[in-house]
Amino acid sequence: MSAAGSAASGVPHLDVDPFDMKFFADPYPTHQLLREAGPVVYLDKWKVYGVARYAEVHAVLNDPATFCSSRGVGLSDFKKETPWRPPSLILEADPPAHTRTRAVLSKVLSPTVMKQVRDRFAAAAEERVDALIDKRSFDAITDLAEAYPLSIFPDALGLKAEGREHLIPYASVVFNAFGPPNQLRQEAIERSMPHQAYVAEQCQRENLAPGGFGACIHAQADEGAITATEAPLLVRSLLSAGLDTTVNGIGAAVYCLARFPDQWQRLRGDLSLARGAFEEAVRFESPVQTFFRTTTREVELSGARIGEGEKVLMFLAAANRDPRRWDQPDSYDITRRTSGHVGFGSGIHMCVGQLVARLEGEVMLTALARRIAKIEITGEPKRRFNNTLRGLDSLPVTITPA
Amino acid sequence: MPAITFIHSDGKSDRIETSGGESAMQAATRHGLDGILAECGGNAMCATCHVYVDEIWLARLPAVTDDEDALLDGTAAERLPNSRLSCQIQITPELDGLVLRLPERQV
Repeated sequence: MSAAGSAASGVPHLDVDPFDMKFFADPYPTHQLLREAGPVVYLDKWKVYGVARYAEVHAVLNDPATFCSSRGVGLSDFKKETPWRPPSLILEADPPAHTRTRAVLSKVLSPTVMKQVRDRFAAAAEERVDALIDKRSFDAITDLAEAYPLSIFPDALGLKAEGREHLIPYASVVFNAFGPPNQLRQEAIERSMPHQAYVAEQCQRENLAPGGFGACIHAQADEGAITATEAPLLVRSLLSAGLDTTVNGIGAAVYCLARFPDQWQRLRGDLSLARGAFEEAVRFESPVQTFFRTTTREVELSGARIGEGEKVLMFLAAANRDPRRWDQPDSYDITRRTSGHVGFGSGIHMCVGQLVARLEGEVMLTALARRIAKIEITGEPKRRFNNTLRGLDSLPVTITPA
Repeated sequence: MPAITFIHSDGKSDRIETSGGESAMQAATRHGLDGILAECGGNAMCATCHVYVDEIWLARLPAVTDDEDALLDGTAAERLPNSRLSCQIQITPELDGLVLRLPERQV
């Protein structure tokens, strides 16, 4: 890695590959290099601009007219390449089209709806902890971070019981596909057909149980808010981004609390800290590490001139640990004031399911902390590699009941 | 710069100096005020910066938008006629002296 300055643009050129296995294994030294090289950098490997400081990441997220999403939020530029699947009507859209679809999902996943599902989500978390206490030793990823969202989210959506094993592999494809054409992306897309077929089928109205999030989206078509052909694609957004993200969020929180026993004890002493403990894990681990935008015009960003049609890679994870914005950014502190972190993004595209994620995280951590005295890591954690998502594949633990 | 006062649910109050062009929520979080969570960071998505506006000030605030109205239905504490989201209250010189009461809980 080097940080040679480029006289031509004043933007430092770096030869780092932020989609490389070595990077994924330990991204933090490279995040620091990216932040310290300058407010805007250029990555020669993929011919993209990059921002890794909080201020610039926040600025790019909050200027969607200049840094658009409709040309794709991965490396692929939809103006130049055919997307691997029909573009998302919300993630990969700009205002005014985005405004309409966003309003629909905001309504379906609103604070009011969260109040209605809270008791159900909390009861399922208690049931999960019952099962874990019986086991004592288990894999905190498979048996907890995956098992819990799988026990509630597909039902909340209204999915059929059959075929749910496609959900996590499908999400894995979606998030790998935002990356460059590396082995992770190519292999994911090559193997995606059965998962895509399952998802396309489940998005249809007749396959979604009444009262679920999916049916609520279709009901919006009756109201005229969206068309009947748009509804399935909006359901697809929940299938793409609603499960694997919370798996990685809950996994991150449990991994943090197992690694930092002082924070676990603080949480046990005050269960009202559960929601903050989850939020801080989202900042600290940033389950969604990166997203791209594309410039719609020539723009100057913190002194760097970026031409039209350029891809800009936002390092959300690096921004969440930028010492310019955060005190002791590398420490996990469940009482930290996390408001403003970009783990869920910021601006008009900020995660529309953030309330679902927080609810799941809060009730799960509350149930764990109430009934478990100690969580010990008993084996080497294994990382799961994905071009966008950061999380573990396996985290062997043993618990001591309270 | 205009100053605003937050009154906590236990009756204690905090007077906060705002800086130019910020919302009441931003002023509160910048000062580390307890009682405003602002989980979404001011994007009008979470309803965790809920406040009750002192009656004499209510009419002087900009109107509630449809988005804010929908979010207010989901606040953790009871929604009252004077409920607002503090991220939607931009502090202007005319709002110097604004009094906002905090609900018992935000989640």
